[in-house]
Amino acid sequence: MYPFDKFEAFKWVGGRLDGTMTEDTITTEDPITGEEIEIPADVEVGEIIDSPITGAELEVVSVDPISLEEAPELEEDWGE
Amino acid sequence: MNVGVLYSRIRRDEKLLLSELRDRGHEVTKIDVRKERFGVHEPPAVFEELDIVVDRCLATSRSRYITRFVDAYDVPVVNEPETAAVCADKARNSLVLANADVPTPATEVTFTKEAAMESIEEFGYPCVLKPVIGSWGRLMAKIDSRDAAEAILEHKETLGHYEHKVFYIQEFVEKPGRDIRVVATDGDPIAAMARSSEHWLTNAARGAETEPIEITPEMADLVERASDAVGGGLLGVDLMETGDSFTVHEVNHTVEFKALNEVTQTDVPAAVVDWLEARVRNVEVTA
Repeated sequence: MYPFDKFEAFKWVGGRLDGTMTEDTITTEDPITGEEIEIPADVEVGEIIDSPITGAELEVVSVDPISLEEAPELEEDWGE
Repeated sequence: MNVGVLYSRIRRDEKLLLSELRDRGHEVTKIDVRKERFGVHEPPAVFEELDIVVDRCLATSRSRYITRFVDAYDVPVVNEPETAAVCADKARNSLVLANADVPTPATEVTFTKEAAMESIEEFGYPCVLKPVIGSWGRLMAKIDSRDAAEAILEHKETLGHYEHKVFYIQEFVEKPGRDIRVVATDGDPIAAMARSSEHWLTNAARGAETEPIEITPEMADLVERASDAVGGGLLGVDLMETGDSFTVHEVNHTVEFKALNEVTQTDVPAAVVDWLEARVRNVEVTA
């Protein structure tokens, strides 16, 4: 199943259906810069996201209310 | 079923797994290992009522310990502690593959830089020096000359943690600019991808290009044998092409699958959850 509910606009372009995929977002404060940023609304505690401003990794430490912290630095034994 | 997921950070891989579990109506108990205290007599309350625990710890050291504790709490855990211990250590990984007659690159371990130098000279140049613990290609050295070897060995001996004084030296395999990652559950391949790079390291985490690759019967056989050698489970088996065959250089125990999921038609998290469901059914039948 295609996630049609996430297409906000459909039109036929060159014989194919075209649309723009959008994701629900929420606004919160970037813990490094203090600026307001938009992040996916379905984040969960422990999730790592990239700051849209600095590119730094941020960890979601709570979702109600939403709160981010700078993620821990890479350690030597991290991996798979 | 109620699935405990051990984690310290939720990456895309864990998110895919959590979504698949929840979409199928399973209960998910996220366990942040940074916050729990693990007693040797009594398990933390969070482990009550769990049917299975999936270890998705990013830190190898945590993985090695926590799987032992969960096993001691009599909760089924994937991967099992012995598998985690073997896969976490490149020396042990190579040893079990060789013992199981799975083709694997020639490797020696030495404990002094003098013995390491002898080993390197015998392998010839280039050869490879790897830390026994580590991932994503970090701190790996392709050694092209005696001068480079002497410098790297001295640095490792002087600056390193004691584990860096376990010198793991391996032949350099002339692969065709790529290696192959197969994700498998108990030796049964889910999907495979080739990871290509102009750099000698072809880890996806280092930006290698990925593309799906068909699993041949020979690859499937090697994956099954490599999986058996480390004790089975949800694994990432890494192979290199050697011209007319393959060599298995590593088996990974907390395998990342987001890149594989993106390039293949196979729904990797769905296959993983299928396997978890079957595993829990199996436990219920035998209990």
